[in-house]
Amino acid sequence: MKKTLILTTALVGFGFAANADVTVMSWGGAYGAAQTEGHVKPWMAATGNAAIMVDSDNPAPAIKAMVEAGNVTVDVASVEYADAIRLCDEGLLEPIDAASLPAGADGTPAADDFFPGAVTECAVSTDIWSNVFAYDTTKFPEGPTTAADFFDLEKFPGKRGLKKGAKAVLEFALLGDGVPAAEVYDVLNTPEGVDRAFAKLDTIKSEVVWWEAGAQAPQLLADGEVAMTTAYNGRIFAAAVGEGKPFQIVWDGQIYENESYVVPKGAPNKDLAMDFIKYATSTEGLRAQAAHISYGPPRKSANLEPIIYAGDGKTEMGPHLPTNPANLTNALLTSSDFWVDHDAELNERFQAWLSQ
Amino acid sequence: MTVEPRNDAFVAFEHVQKSYDGVSLVVKDLNLSIAKGEFLTMLGPSGSGKTTCLMMLAGFETATHGEIKLDGVNINQVPPHKRGIGMVFQNYALFPHMTVGENLAFPLEVRGMGKDERESKIKRALDMVQMGAFANRRPAQLSGGQQQRIALARALVFDPKLVLMDEPLGALDKQLREHMQFEIKHLHESLGITVVYVTHDQGEALTMSDRIAVFNDGRIQQLAPPSDLYERPENSFVAQFIGENNKLPGVIEELTGDKALVRLTTGELIDATAVNAREKGGKTLVSIRPERVEFKPEMMPAGAHTIDAEVIEVIYMGDILRAVLKVAGTDDFVMKMRNTLWQTKLAPGQKIKVGWHPQDARALDP
Amino acid sequence: MAEATTELLTTADGRPLKAALAAAQSRAKRRAFFLVLPLLLFVLLTFLVPIGYMLKRSFEHDGFASTAPALVAWFEANPDFDPANPPEEAYAALVQDLARMQVEKTTGLSGTRINYSVPGTISLFKKGAREAKDLTPPFKESLVALDADWGRPALWRGMQSASHVYTAEFYRVASDMKLNDDGWARGEDNERIYLYLFFKTFLISGLITVICLLLAFPVSHLLATLPMAKASLLMILVLLPFWTSLLVRTTAWIALLQEQGIVNDILVGMGLIDDEGRLTMMYNMTGTIVAMTHVLLPFMILPLYSVMRVIPPSYARAARSLGATSWTTFRRVYLPQTLPGIAAGSLLVFILAVGYYITPALVGGADGQLISNLISFHMTKSNWSLAAAIAAMLLAAILVLYWLYDRLIGIDRLKLG
Repeated sequence: MKKTLILTTALVGFGFAANADVTVMSWGGAYGAAQTEGHVKPWMAATGNAAIMVDSDNPAPAIKAMVEAGNVTVDVASVEYADAIRLCDEGLLEPIDAASLPAGADGTPAADDFFPGAVTECAVSTDIWSNVFAYDTTKFPEGPTTAADFFDLEKFPGKRGLKKGAKAVLEFALLGDGVPAAEVYDVLNTPEGVDRAFAKLDTIKSEVVWWEAGAQAPQLLADGEVAMTTAYNGRIFAAAVGEGKPFQIVWDGQIYENESYVVPKGAPNKDLAMDFIKYATSTEGLRAQAAHISYGPPRKSANLEPIIYAGDGKTEMGPHLPTNPANLTNALLTSSDFWVDHDAELNERFQAWLSQ
Repeated sequence: MTVEPRNDAFVAFEHVQKSYDGVSLVVKDLNLSIAKGEFLTMLGPSGSGKTTCLMMLAGFETATHGEIKLDGVNINQVPPHKRGIGMVFQNYALFPHMTVGENLAFPLEVRGMGKDERESKIKRALDMVQMGAFANRRPAQLSGGQQQRIALARALVFDPKLVLMDEPLGALDKQLREHMQFEIKHLHESLGITVVYVTHDQGEALTMSDRIAVFNDGRIQQLAPPSDLYERPENSFVAQFIGENNKLPGVIEELTGDKALVRLTTGELIDATAVNAREKGGKTLVSIRPERVEFKPEMMPAGAHTIDAEVIEVIYMGDILRAVLKVAGTDDFVMKMRNTLWQTKLAPGQKIKVGWHPQDARALDP
Repeated sequence: MAEATTELLTTADGRPLKAALAAAQSRAKRRAFFLVLPLLLFVLLTFLVPIGYMLKRSFEHDGFASTAPALVAWFEANPDFDPANPPEEAYAALVQDLARMQVEKTTGLSGTRINYSVPGTISLFKKGAREAKDLTPPFKESLVALDADWGRPALWRGMQSASHVYTAEFYRVASDMKLNDDGWARGEDNERIYLYLFFKTFLISGLITVICLLLAFPVSHLLATLPMAKASLLMILVLLPFWTSLLVRTTAWIALLQEQGIVNDILVGMGLIDDEGRLTMMYNMTGTIVAMTHVLLPFMILPLYSVMRVIPPSYARAARSLGATSWTTFRRVYLPQTLPGIAAGSLLVFILAVGYYITPALVGGADGQLISNLISFHMTKSNWSLAAAIAAMLLAAILVLYWLYDRLIGIDRLKLG
């Protein structure tokens, strides 16, 4: 009897200790590290709660599997915006009360402080990352400056790196074809618009090197395999500022989107998870993450003061962030509604086009 | 020992040497002639060079030095498949993915023989080994003895003039082995083929061969018909390797022609025939076959030296009685007696005197 | 033997011999069963259950059937309605369900289900659900006024199809069928991709299998015939790829074969090609085949080696002594005996190649998409049913090949080592 009691106590104790941990699932690599440094560690220091970071290739399918299997071990997950919408639609996420999010450091209420679309029913944005294109400055001293230049093989000869997927590539083709950012999705929503995007891609298809993993894009540029390539802006920043590579980002025609924290339905520590998200998406939390990786904080108040890159202690992050006003002159916010509707359809078309 | 090659030899090894590593010789200056129709056995312990000789003859190994001739032609450079030599392997080497019939057809097909001719030859070869009904079986469905017969038939089906057999009966049980020995011998006689047979089983060699070449240490120690080999070994290796043998060490005290008087290390004097110990005062090892040892005075030649012996034990072996004696300081001296009605029964501890005909005691190299 | 079949044998005390034997062995059998039980359970749980779950998933989806009860009931009552012109009561049921979805927050779920066959439906449903409670009869007119897509026959066909929990829809999509206003039909030329990729996947896997076989055969033979010390050194070299991560190996091939890569640099340096004429060996089919062959080669070498190791050299000698040239000996004696190893290695390599997607994705460029890449795409985009349907078709194709293999060569002749 006594033995059983001890055992039970031990089990309860163990269970309790485990429950006190907030488990955050993110993408690993530099991104995961930025969230560990910017969110996990300061939150633990500030609240005294325990939290651990786990890596995943893509947290969205992982938490879908967990929720469907009824065995949720993750409290907070970092997912792409479209996945946040999709998972929320399927009822796999806990709703997040937007009203409970903290006001900006300058006192602006959260509802006004966050960028439009940054807070949705089940997700709060942690950063804005962007699909940009970049080139090697040693090859083009008078570099390309517009999305149209990417598609101009005469003016800027050489191979092009492009992400192997429909999303962001079709929009980029339309931007390169002169479609104003505001009209891109209207055009893409018509069969003629899709044809137009593929026709634009056809003009450079023979010169394209397709990449799949985010790390491949800067590597292709570094190896001289391509003259310019689309890439995630953070990867180019890491290569250019972090490693001193002669890469230049062209912000014209950037296609940016939110990356968000969500709470899977049935998360073991839902309340603590909500507290973690409130902390991480506060002005300070967002700035802390942005100090480690060049993705823009989605709050106005977080962009007021200069953010200094934690990697070298001197580079000002502002010009490197997609949210910098100077970088937003011809920029497109990804439409998750469009992609939730058309992802499968356009990917099939894209794959078929690729194999032609 | 060397045998001068004869010009009419069917198979001839002339001054053949073989080394695998360039450091030591596995075969040292081999000279051997084999006549047409002869059954010659290469006998020796493992590592004596006999199998290497067979492999050189088959073409799977090349001689480091010297010539190998087949029917008067140098075959050193002839690849194995053009030598036309039949071969039976130790583990039969029947192709497991082919039926018995296909196995036998294989040498005929590669010779481009027509189907009708093939079938008649296969039938003849299978009948020859009493396996006519097994053409459609796979080797794995046959017993060891049956596989052996098929291997034999396959080696013979293309009418080779020379057949090599590499320990072909090694994997069979004793009874089957003895039965197959007679069959092979019978086939050899009825077909008139030349056989070179390799074995380490002396009984097999004695039963089957016209001549036996005893190999040791890369050389032929003695080449002789079985009876000569057994009764007149030319050195102590052959004497010990073939059959059971008593050996008594001593010194040659007197030498008259072939007659030698040997003083054993324990002091007794015995009669012997000098073979390759022919120096007065030289050391020798006297070899006597157990069945040639006598203990009844009436069976010994007049005036023969006898020596004292004590019976240690008598073993009943059915057809013979085997007595282990203490003689001249050794207690493993063996005497064999026929188990006849009138045979004297010896008892352990009994003191007797043993002797022998001088020509049965051979004074050999120590 | 004859009496054993005609007469029932019994033990000394009169029990039937068979029963006595079974009783005598049952204890040993039970113990043996309990010994393998943990492994059996493990295999069942980790292997069969997920596959069964996947198969179930490929034809089962209740995303719409469970969230639109009024419409489901109406479809059931009117299975033969005209999708081009659904009656007012169908629209009434739809509006009722949309309003309900808005309350229950199931709009996304049901919209997603219809979106699988009718793209664009999720936002249509969301918009419709938001407005549903304010719509007034006649609902047909008011809904179509909201968005003309509500009148599309394809949408009504899609909803009718989705009102059943069990559906072959995902298999249709995976076979390049599209739901249009007249029902299911072959998709447009520029949208058909799945069957093409199935074909291509099998073709490339077959090609890689053949290349692996050609490369592995001499290596395995060498391994099987070399002295032990040298053979184990060579074996380490063969197994070396297993000790590094797949990504590292793939990246190494990129570094070697890309246009500015080491091989091209050497060729240019030797003057064999000029700087303009650098060979394109990466980001195309060549790259995919080279990298995948490298990754899969050990799976061919190991079974071949294990078979070759036990083929005694006396077979080849026997064949030679029987008059066969070395080529005939190889073709008729050696090769047939290595068949179980060839078959096992080929099966392994082929099946592994069919399921590969990381390597072709990274080095394959535009050509490098295989069917597994699409399975992966639909998994990440949360259309698991379609992913399951494609995977099930792949599984079925492999099982057919396996069956053919069994018929032609025989599973009992398979030797994995």
